[in-house]
Amino acid sequence: MKQLLAADNVQKALDELYRAVSGQLPPNMPIAIVGIRTRGEILAKRLVQRLNTDQPDLTVYFGVLDIGFYRDDLSRRRGAPLVRATEIDFDLDETWVLLVDDVMQTGRSVRAALQVLHDFGRPKIIRLAVLIDRGGRELPIAADFVGKHVDVPDDSRVQLKLTETDGQEGVYILKKK
Amino acid sequence: MKPARPKAARSEKAAQPPTTPDAEFIWRRKDLLGLDELSCDEILHILDTAESFKEVSTRSIKKVPALRGKVVGLLFFEDSTRTRMSFELAASRLSADTVLFTAKGSSVAKGETTLDTARNIAAMGVDIFVIRHGQSGAPHMLAGKLPTSIVNAGDGSHEHPTQALLDIFTIRQRLGRVQGLKVAIVGDIAHSRVARSNILGLRKLGAEVIVVGPPTLVPNAITAMGCEISHSLDDILGEVDVINMLRIQFERFQANQFPSLREYSRIYGLNAERLKKCRPDVLVMHPGPINRGVEITSQVADGPNSCILQQVTNGLAIRMAVLYLVSQGSE
Repeated sequence: MKQLLAADNVQKALDELYRAVSGQLPPNMPIAIVGIRTRGEILAKRLVQRLNTDQPDLTVYFGVLDIGFYRDDLSRRRGAPLVRATEIDFDLDETWVLLVDDVMQTGRSVRAALQVLHDFGRPKIIRLAVLIDRGGRELPIAADFVGKHVDVPDDSRVQLKLTETDGQEGVYILKKK
Repeated sequence: MKPARPKAARSEKAAQPPTTPDAEFIWRRKDLLGLDELSCDEILHILDTAESFKEVSTRSIKKVPALRGKVVGLLFFEDSTRTRMSFELAASRLSADTVLFTAKGSSVAKGETTLDTARNIAAMGVDIFVIRHGQSGAPHMLAGKLPTSIVNAGDGSHEHPTQALLDIFTIRQRLGRVQGLKVAIVGDIAHSRVARSNILGLRKLGAEVIVVGPPTLVPNAITAMGCEISHSLDDILGEVDVINMLRIQFERFQANQFPSLREYSRIYGLNAERLKKCRPDVLVMHPGPINRGVEITSQVADGPNSCILQQVTNGLAIRMAVLYLVSQGSE
């Protein structure tokens, strides 16, 4: 496991993501920030907290998606990790939604997440923010906001670690089995 | 490849059941035959997956694509209304298709064996069988002979795992925990697959179980499952957190296993007077269908302590969880 980005560079990437997002918020629409479990949820929460501090008058809804039941590889998988509940307790209709994920590669998680969102309602606009874009897209999906692009071999795995889940911060590269 | 799930670690866990599930735990089984063979982690994994499916049932679109393109075969060799409907609805909420087989007026009447019936329906391309059968062990027999996933929906007087799972799920939901609770199961223990599965599951999760009923319907050997026996409902009312009233099956009268309905009702029926002797927050359960005025009075069955309809609602989430999990399993 090789370190690709240290904690301070993770922070820089998140600052960049926040700067880009906060400059593009729509003026006259409900705003929701929705993270894809597990680390997308934490990143989304951090973005919401910073927005609440910087723009206290702005109402920002927060939600969490679990895409477990929507994955496109369910019939190829062997074994089922725990799928947790999706938490969207506000009305998605006509909302500006920022979908947040940690590391983007094939685009398949985002496809599944879009399907979950549409089972909850009809957002006006959905934008995508990812902390790390590592390339390797298999679907015609692109992020609107990216914290940092990294260039890594196709067969490697890029993992983000965050204090809340891993006790430390950093981006690591793992050789695929 | 075998997963790392050592037997020794499992029995240690049985002695000290975990209250929170292992987040890294991965479900591997392709069948759900009974609670007997499940570990504590596996039971908690089903309950937690069911929590997520409960959330799905609150959406405006109550459907997920998890079993899209799969076929669930419902093989009901024995009558059932709610279990069958619950499994049917669970399958459709997972986007699976269902085919239904009932023994009445079918090839069984023409002498076809259970295995041949299952093999023929499997040949149509079924991925999961849900089986209700009068013979104990029928689902196990099929699981050993077919590559299809098998879910036991009640076999003879052996097990009814999804009923026990939904009972335990409801207890956890209403009382916030299972470990350390004292649960009474009242009625025909000897012939009850619901009682057996409940005892197995509750014991694994660290609850105490006391079975209550007339000596003719409560075999002494049941203590080997780790529960206590009482022949007096009045004696135990004040000490239990949950009372699960089993349905009295009228066919037992013919076997002279108890003298009269009225006598049974007087000694073992749950009524308002008896409820007063219980803890104020005691949870009253019944797997249904209820015989009003026999094992339970309407006042109690429809009162605030009862969670009978909640059990039915939760049954759907449990069955969605079970169908989803076995579809992902490979062993």
